[in-house]
Amino acid sequence: MDVQAWTFLIVGLSFALYIGIAIWSKAGSTKEFYVAGGGVPPLANGMATAADWMSAASFISMAGLISFLGYDGSVYLMGWTGGYVLLALLLAPYLRKFGKFTVPDFVGDRYYSDIARTIAVICAIFVSFTYVAGQMRGVGVVFSRFLEVDINMGIFIGMAIVFFYAVLGGMKGITYTQVAQYCVLIFAYMVPAFFISIQMTGNPIPQLGFGGNELESGRPILEVLDGLHKELGFAEYTSGKKPMVDVFFITVALMVGTAGLPHVIVRFFTVPKVRDARVSAGWALVFIAILYTTAPAVATFARVNLINTVSNSAYESVPSWFKNWENTGLIAWQDKNQDGKIQYTGGKAFAGKPKFAEGRGQSGERLLTNKATDGTNELYIDRDIMVLANPEIAQLPNWVIALVAAGGLAAALSTAAGLLLVISTSVAHDLIKKQFKPDISEGGELWAARVSAGVAVVIAGYFGINPPGFVAQVVAFAFGLAASSFFPAIILGIFDKRMNREGAMTGMVLGIVFTAAYIIYFKFVNPAANVPANWWFGISPEGIGTLGMILNIVASLVVSRMTPEPPEEVQHIVEDIRFPKGAGSATAH
Amino acid sequence: MENGKLKEYWKNNLKYLIALLSIWFFVSYVLGIFLADPLNSIQIGGFKLGFWFAQQGSIYVFVALIFTYVSLMNKLDKEYDVHED
Repeated sequence: MDVQAWTFLIVGLSFALYIGIAIWSKAGSTKEFYVAGGGVPPLANGMATAADWMSAASFISMAGLISFLGYDGSVYLMGWTGGYVLLALLLAPYLRKFGKFTVPDFVGDRYYSDIARTIAVICAIFVSFTYVAGQMRGVGVVFSRFLEVDINMGIFIGMAIVFFYAVLGGMKGITYTQVAQYCVLIFAYMVPAFFISIQMTGNPIPQLGFGGNELESGRPILEVLDGLHKELGFAEYTSGKKPMVDVFFITVALMVGTAGLPHVIVRFFTVPKVRDARVSAGWALVFIAILYTTAPAVATFARVNLINTVSNSAYESVPSWFKNWENTGLIAWQDKNQDGKIQYTGGKAFAGKPKFAEGRGQSGERLLTNKATDGTNELYIDRDIMVLANPEIAQLPNWVIALVAAGGLAAALSTAAGLLLVISTSVAHDLIKKQFKPDISEGGELWAARVSAGVAVVIAGYFGINPPGFVAQVVAFAFGLAASSFFPAIILGIFDKRMNREGAMTGMVLGIVFTAAYIIYFKFVNPAANVPANWWFGISPEGIGTLGMILNIVASLVVSRMTPEPPEEVQHIVEDIRFPKGAGSATAH
Repeated sequence: MENGKLKEYWKNNLKYLIALLSIWFFVSYVLGIFLADPLNSIQIGGFKLGFWFAQQGSIYVFVALIFTYVSLMNKLDKEYDVHED
């Protein structure tokens, strides 16, 4: 069978599975819709959290990113896993004991203020939409490359699937589909990694092969890669180029941001007990770590493979994947010295993204209109293709390539569904039920939740089809905002009994305004100035959320000590959430 | 339960948090970032040590930290009789 037939088969089977689970787990009450009835076993919740968290970016883009960044890519590896330690130790158990449905619930009740609740709702919706647009785009890209359907058609199919199980099943449907999606995505990620690790190092376990010797030369593979980089004029793979202070700030922002993301936090409301919340954060990290410790190994293998395959090869004799990806515009080659061979060296081949002209060059390559740089490098490779192209580069069987497509879709759909649920809960529960229409019936609220999930799917699809140019930029926003608003407000709400409405709100507003202003200035108002020399203390916009968080905490503490202490009953709430005993099931009141 | 006991339970919890989060900080930020360069001169297997902590070691330690906390707290909950059911 060819790749396309395999892809139709495997993707079709996985979709049938998701729909089957959705029908089996239809939600009957708001509690089932918001928190899956609060009865999810911790192991299952850990798996669902892992799928919820690992998005199209983790599955498709991350290894590629590391492959091109080397040591500097570590910020993503540590940043997107270290946050779970914070979740398990500082947030999840207490929020579970608190026993409500959403993050805005906690902020609104703990700070006895509907304004605080509204700020939290707006942040939650903004962060979630930012994220979800990228997921729908990822679905479209996988469909168009592997099934050769139009990118928009791919997004429609993805929307239909998510609509079906998110609107019908709510959190209950999403949870059990996410468990299935985790299995699909981790299998799809590991199989090619095993194959490639054996091919290159003789060791089937990528985490070990990563530190093993390359079969061909008998030298450690990382040493081989450092050697290749030196020879071709790239920076050394195993040491960093980014200034240390920036690496530090970005890592903190990603860790804290992870712990503050509403679609991750809400997953810990779905387990029966406080101790389940603790241990399910542990399981979530185990399932995430399987992929996150494999990714840097895959990055290294792919990098060595890529350099060995293309460097100084004649264009006419490169393998077909090279030309396939060139046709999609994600690889471009400009034969500067007219020798028909690909020179791949440090530096950019040309400025910006490739712009293709009509017609083909001497060797049959697509011609470009970009102005060449003075450097010797002739090759442009989009970072996103490394994971998707990896099985082809390593000449793995067709079914493995199809599996990777199904895995990418599982990663994108599971994250999209989790985000859509946060949006629908925020609208139906935090806005309609808590603020506009408190006397709404159970059935009415459930209906409102379904409608808002449906509307959110359509809006997400729209952004997927017409991606605003700023999607990549706003991801820094999502983490920055989560780090500078939610995280301090929740932590202080748990660990500082004296923290009051005035302090928390001042802190949140200051954190958000500061972080947003810095990011907006460097990403939108004056992108030309976005260079290290202009950054405050050498902190890039990606890392500024850390400073926003510190400002938030300091302002909260100072203001709270100058204003009246919180009411008696709020202090009782704080005392109560510190002890597991008596954790009832999540309630609406 | 009386207030003093609960205060003691909370103090113990905070002690665990400080100890475990110090390890968390040390492994990722100190070994993986601040000392990565000097540690890279030490080679273990095919890995430079600083690079290994940044891309592998810190993640393994994170997992171990959470499960350590879970078992410490399960014990503490029982000891102070604040465990569920």
